[in-house]
Amino acid sequence: MEDAAVKKAPTAAVLCAPGTNRDADVSFALEQAGARPMTYLMSDIISQSSCIDDVDIVVIAGGFSYADALGAGRLFAVELEASIGERITAAIKDRRPVIGICNGFQTLVRMGILPGAEQSGALGHNDSGVFDCRWIEMAPTSDKCIWTQHLTENIVCPIAHGEGRFTSTDSTLNKLIENDQVALRYVNGNPNGSIYDIAGICDDSGVVLGLMPHPENHVVARQHPKFHRGVSGGMGLALFEEGVRYARN
Amino acid sequence: MGVVALLSSKDVHRLEVQSVGKDPRAQIFLQDAYDLGLVALCEINIVDVYFIHGDLSSENRAVLEDILVEPLLQQASWGLTTMPCDHFVETALHAGVTDAASQQLRRIAARLGISIDAVTTAKRFDITGKVDSCELDLLVRKLLANPVIEYWSVDAPLVPVMPIGAGASLNSVQVVQLAADATDAQLQELNAERGLALDIEELRAIRDHYCGRGVRDIELESIAQTWSEHCAHKTFRASIATDSGEVVESLINQLRETTRTIDAPFVVSSFVGNAGVISFVEGTTIALKCETHNHPSAVEPFGGANTGVGGVIRDVLGASHLPIACTNILCFGPPDTNGSNLPDGVFHPRRIRAGVVAGIADYGNKIGLPTVAGAVLYDPGYTANPLVYAGCIGVAHGEYVAATPRPGDRVVVLGGRTGRDGLRGATFSSMTMDATTGDVAGASVQIGDPIIEKLLIDVLGRGQHLFRAITDCGAGGLSSAIGEMAEGVGASVELSELPLKYPGLSPWEIWLSEAQERMVVAVSDVEPLKEVCRVYGVECTDIGEFTGDGRLVVHHQGDVVFDIDTHFLHNGRPQRQMTAIMPAPHRREMSRNEFESVFGEVDIVLSLEQLLQHPNISSKEAIIHRYDHEIRGATLVRPLVGAQQDGHADGVVLAEPLDTHGIAIGIGVNPWFGEKDPERMALSAVDEAIRNVVAVGADPDKVALLDNFSWGDPRRQTTLGQLAAAVQGCCAAALAHAAPFVSGKDSLNNEYFGSDGEQHSVPPTLVITAVAHVPDANVTVTPDIKEPQNVLIVLGHTFCEFGASHLAKVKNLSYSGVVPDADATAPSRYRALHRAIRNGLIRSCHDVSEGGIAVAVAEMAIGGRLGVDMTVCENATDAQWLFSESNGRFIVEVAPVHVAEVLSLFAEASCILGIVTEKSVLKFSDKHVVSVTDLCNLWKTQQ
Repeated sequence: MEDAAVKKAPTAAVLCAPGTNRDADVSFALEQAGARPMTYLMSDIISQSSCIDDVDIVVIAGGFSYADALGAGRLFAVELEASIGERITAAIKDRRPVIGICNGFQTLVRMGILPGAEQSGALGHNDSGVFDCRWIEMAPTSDKCIWTQHLTENIVCPIAHGEGRFTSTDSTLNKLIENDQVALRYVNGNPNGSIYDIAGICDDSGVVLGLMPHPENHVVARQHPKFHRGVSGGMGLALFEEGVRYARN
Repeated sequence: MGVVALLSSKDVHRLEVQSVGKDPRAQIFLQDAYDLGLVALCEINIVDVYFIHGDLSSENRAVLEDILVEPLLQQASWGLTTMPCDHFVETALHAGVTDAASQQLRRIAARLGISIDAVTTAKRFDITGKVDSCELDLLVRKLLANPVIEYWSVDAPLVPVMPIGAGASLNSVQVVQLAADATDAQLQELNAERGLALDIEELRAIRDHYCGRGVRDIELESIAQTWSEHCAHKTFRASIATDSGEVVESLINQLRETTRTIDAPFVVSSFVGNAGVISFVEGTTIALKCETHNHPSAVEPFGGANTGVGGVIRDVLGASHLPIACTNILCFGPPDTNGSNLPDGVFHPRRIRAGVVAGIADYGNKIGLPTVAGAVLYDPGYTANPLVYAGCIGVAHGEYVAATPRPGDRVVVLGGRTGRDGLRGATFSSMTMDATTGDVAGASVQIGDPIIEKLLIDVLGRGQHLFRAITDCGAGGLSSAIGEMAEGVGASVELSELPLKYPGLSPWEIWLSEAQERMVVAVSDVEPLKEVCRVYGVECTDIGEFTGDGRLVVHHQGDVVFDIDTHFLHNGRPQRQMTAIMPAPHRREMSRNEFESVFGEVDIVLSLEQLLQHPNISSKEAIIHRYDHEIRGATLVRPLVGAQQDGHADGVVLAEPLDTHGIAIGIGVNPWFGEKDPERMALSAVDEAIRNVVAVGADPDKVALLDNFSWGDPRRQTTLGQLAAAVQGCCAAALAHAAPFVSGKDSLNNEYFGSDGEQHSVPPTLVITAVAHVPDANVTVTPDIKEPQNVLIVLGHTFCEFGASHLAKVKNLSYSGVVPDADATAPSRYRALHRAIRNGLIRSCHDVSEGGIAVAVAEMAIGGRLGVDMTVCENATDAQWLFSESNGRFIVEVAPVHVAEVLSLFAEASCILGIVTEKSVLKFSDKHVVSVTDLCNLWKTQQ
């Protein structure tokens, strides 16, 4: 019985570069959501480029890949592009869910997967000029994004980044809005100065989500910052459950 | 700097990258320049500059530009551009200082098949505004660059210094001639010449050991490191004769003896090795350690604090535990210090604070550990000598065994490369600083590389069955790490095997280098460990063998360069004989009449407002947000809590998301008590740390403690007396609470000779860290008040204890009575409180400390954004009761239905303070009313 359930669990490849550090957190969230996460280091990915071919979900975890020494996510993007860029494109084409969180989002943007072809977006230094860790609230706003389309509740979860200010050209922003690619928007305060209060966007196909906040750090009830004030949480889990459910079908 | 090539700018490609819009970092520099008094500055523009040495084609350039430039945010140009500005300054890191950007650029270029010989990254600051050359120099030295790690050029393009070529070491060993009959004067001369910082008795012991044979430089340097105050804790191990005729055999033994007497079942290992080890739950052990990095943080705030964090994390790794959280306690000069009165060579407290906070954030955030607990203190005594305490907690599963190497095991070095970093760091930190320290200590401070240490953690986590014993490389580098591991076993190593950062290092420099992010392991089979290291990209170098013959022998290119009897190295140092004059603190309790005559009329609301604005009490939110406290998802009681998540928790609780139990961390520190009464400071600091963990839900019978002393020069007899008195207080408090010390560290000589010719010393600063068991992770408590109609109750006794209180501070009183004593009834009260918390009777709980009950209730109200009506409490207009800082007290919030039960549980000492109200005002009486919003705004004005 248990074996069958495990077999049915979609697999998720969690891609890590040296300096990725939220891989364990997102793996825990994926497990809680019913997936079977497997971690791949950049050295594994280079030596075994077929590693994502058979997985159901592709995850680029948060952290400071290559110390963000040349800008957030830039080298991770170059390395992924060079090693499995085409295979990631193939996964998207197969409509396998892809998610990049924080550094993973920055990486997807640098790879050009987000916002997408002929669009131009970037993640710049926070308005404050410094790294900021605080709890925020974001609302799911896209019917296209397979990670958020069925979410009914806002997600309260932490941010922890220095370069999270989403910016784009006016034409790209208009396209993102028209095209329903704005997947998550900050509500009750914009922590970093992102345009249009954007916390996360999806690609044109809807299967790729990139977001700055960390829903993986709010997947059990007592992680809610107002747990002691009688609020029960865990709402970050729903987002991962959506991705897992989509992968399963 | 070894073999480095000075290249003219035409050999080097120069790429400039700058922000298209306003660079948010520029605003911060501008604000800091204002703080320096440079108000004429209008604008600072920052340009990142990459000097790339190599034969680059235009395609190569395009590829590099594509990586380095985000076109939506940045613009780039090759070559030197001129901007409309009044001045420009270019700064770059000295060759050999960790520069992740240049390393990564070289690495990625190689991956992409672009041939690059060297990269130097630099910053250009375009400055607009009327500043003269003096002001410009001030701006550069105090803000834009730090001579300790950087060089610069003003109004001219920088000529980069680029290290080229592989790292080969020099085979040069100097022999120091030390005559068998060398006089004390000759010995002192040698001491000063090599910066050994040894006592005369120790120099004589070395002379007598060598009996006229020459001492190799590497041997002498190793002895100086091993015997330094930093490594040997000479004062804590000294025999101390006090002025009352007592002889204290050793301070550290007093602490150890106390732990032995308490005999707590949860202590696994105390005062041995890198960290204390405890176990609250079968099958899991916890390692805890707190370190100081004071002198490095004074001369290079970012690097000093940065490597302080890295170092304490390695202490936990060195105890075979995987780190789970970091803590820090920071002491700075007042933020409003007048910049023009600073002693020579001293940065402004704001500059130090900014650098230290950025350094801690950089390391903790990048390595992926939550930075959870801490304190920030301000006092003029810290202006020239800031204090940076960095702590780390780790866990391990399975039975803890403190293993030692076996003969035949290989000596393997893991992690970062060896450079000239931090040479003589241990002796440096044992010396008093003067105005030239920042210049001469250049090599003593370094910048960390958290990513390498993160990978080390991963290797050690995955490969923990692959090594037998482990030690971190801290002060003294390999000399101390291998020296410790080889004690009793012996080892033989070859230094030329070690990968170097750059060429030109002498054997003694390699052996003593304090290059960061390195661990030494004893391994019986190296290959499987090498394989794990390969996967993570961590360097793994086999440099020799643990021999079994008890001698420590070091080779360089085959030649023996160091051959020492480990017994002499570790036990040859004569015990220091010291004398102390014990403090005679004022202990006569103040009467009510005396209180009134000393303090005069105390306006309750005004005093509360002044206290909330005091930098020691005011909000630390701006700093806390800089640290990632959420990673790992285990921070259950956070440093920031309450309705708006801006209230400050007493302690923090960590519990893995699915665990039923957790651990609490609390800090106790009050240097102002220490200036008046060091023994009571210790009693109070222990009590405060324990209060902080009990307040959040920890079991008071399962508390382990760390002691960290930062003191002035112990050779001053009164200073040593203060230290001895504080240790007595620590022991008494630990016994009273049955809370054992498991590890500690002392940092002495925190003094500074200012250009005014006066000696500045830090206040005696004892930091106590409490780590305690939280039996039920679902039952923890925060201090923000929760619900109208609930009742606030004060637990504990309030005495007229105002010595060094914060009320006295805001009233500028030098005499203010006695420092708070320990409360003998406190331990039983803490147990009762814990039972009440477990039984769900306590909705919120806050410990009472600086500023007394008045500040505590205000903080609870701010946290909950609710009010408190205290007209029911007859003491609520009594200033003595409201502001005293007596130990052993809490304010708890209780639902009306449980009030009678709670009052009966604490019949010996409880008093209803007030009723929680929806209307967010504090009402002490009909005449004394203040809005919580106003208080909150005042509390947040500092920062």
